Amino acid sequence: MCDTCGCNITSGNQHLIKPGGKLSLANNGATSISVLKNLMNENDQVAAHNREHFDKNNILAVNLMSSPGSGKTALLESTIQQIKEQFRIAVIEGDLETENDADRIRKQGVPAIQITTGSACHLDAHMVHDAVHGLSLKELDIVFIENVGNLVCPASFDLGQHLNVTLLSVTEGDDKPAKYPVMFRAADLILLTKTDLLDVLDDFDTSKAEKNLRQLASEAPVIELSSRRGDGVSDWITWLKQQVEAQLSRVKNGESLKPAIQKEGAQLHTETSHSHTALTQNHTQA
Amino acid sequence: MHELSICQEIILQVNDIAFQNQASSIESITLQVGPLSGVEAPLLKQAFSFAAAQTVAENAELIIEELPVVVECKQCGAHSNVVANKLICGQCGDYHTQLISGDEMLLASVELTRENPEENIELAEANRV
Repeated sequence: MCDTCGCNITSGNQHLIKPGGKLSLANNGATSISVLKNLMNENDQVAAHNREHFDKNNILAVNLMSSPGSGKTALLESTIQQIKEQFRIAVIEGDLETENDADRIRKQGVPAIQITTGSACHLDAHMVHDAVHGLSLKELDIVFIENVGNLVCPASFDLGQHLNVTLLSVTEGDDKPAKYPVMFRAADLILLTKTDLLDVLDDFDTSKAEKNLRQLASEAPVIELSSRRGDGVSDWITWLKQQVEAQLSRVKNGESLKPAIQKEGAQLHTETSHSHTALTQNHTQA
Repeated sequence: MHELSICQEIILQVNDIAFQNQASSIESITLQVGPLSGVEAPLLKQAFSFAAAQTVAENAELIIEELPVVVECKQCGAHSNVVANKLICGQCGDYHTQLISGDEMLLASVELTRENPEENIELAEANRV
């Protein structure tokens, strides 16, 4: 464990475990044992395993997160139509119930695996692992994971993806990043969707949405688009193609990538992330 | 709500620690949780009693230390205590900051009683060094 080298002891917690600190002392004959281990350990190990599968097969894995109904599936439909001649795509769909979204994706002529979570509010690395084994990885370039529509829990679970894309539809309100900081801080790219509706909405200010995002110390690029009308979709496709290129060159160099959020506090502090840092470069936004 | 799965992970890890240390019971479990980790302390406490039932941690107290959100400014270097949805520098106001505390979700320590009481004292001494 990292406890042996001390790399998980940070300025935030070192006072607790120093001699005399409240965690170092034994109490009423019992023994206090310092651990400092990430509580997502098991999920993160499976996520790292998933990432190895993707990397071994030169695949870029992108996790799409948003509220229900902000246009994740519509974005995928329009994306697939534009790039399916150029890239071999598969989609892992997460919903509580129904095969509806997977059916929509299959109609576009690409494989889709539907995960129905029952009442679970997010995908975790185990569910994605099972889905990954239902795909012919050797025949793919991009795997999209469409997470369960939810601005809370999906942000806390590493699935093995390389990048997080968070969608915010203009019908939801420009203060969403301030209300759901954990989710928006996790994004490598923000897509403001349904911009065709901006004409009839006088209460969504795209610059305010971006300002709320910057207040989370996020440098993630923001792209405005309408999947229905096609505006801005080419900017998203350009970003995606750059990411596929970047993934291929990482794989060539024996490197991998975790979403931007992984590089911060949690990664600096714990054992599980430490064991993979050798192969994982920190992501810096262009 | 994923607090129950977090508690199941706590029990898994604590079970290993209890086994390694030949503990007869776990007295307390201390977590460190930051507001940006995405878990809520009250919900963790609720879920813990379900996860701990009939395990070595059944009677353990779950202590949750909530860590502050602290950022380091990449421009001026200042450290600022901030709120979870405003991670900008408290000194110069720049948003290019690095989070240095606040997204943790860690099992910090475990207090246990060993089957052989004398070993408690030895281990406590070793732990102090």
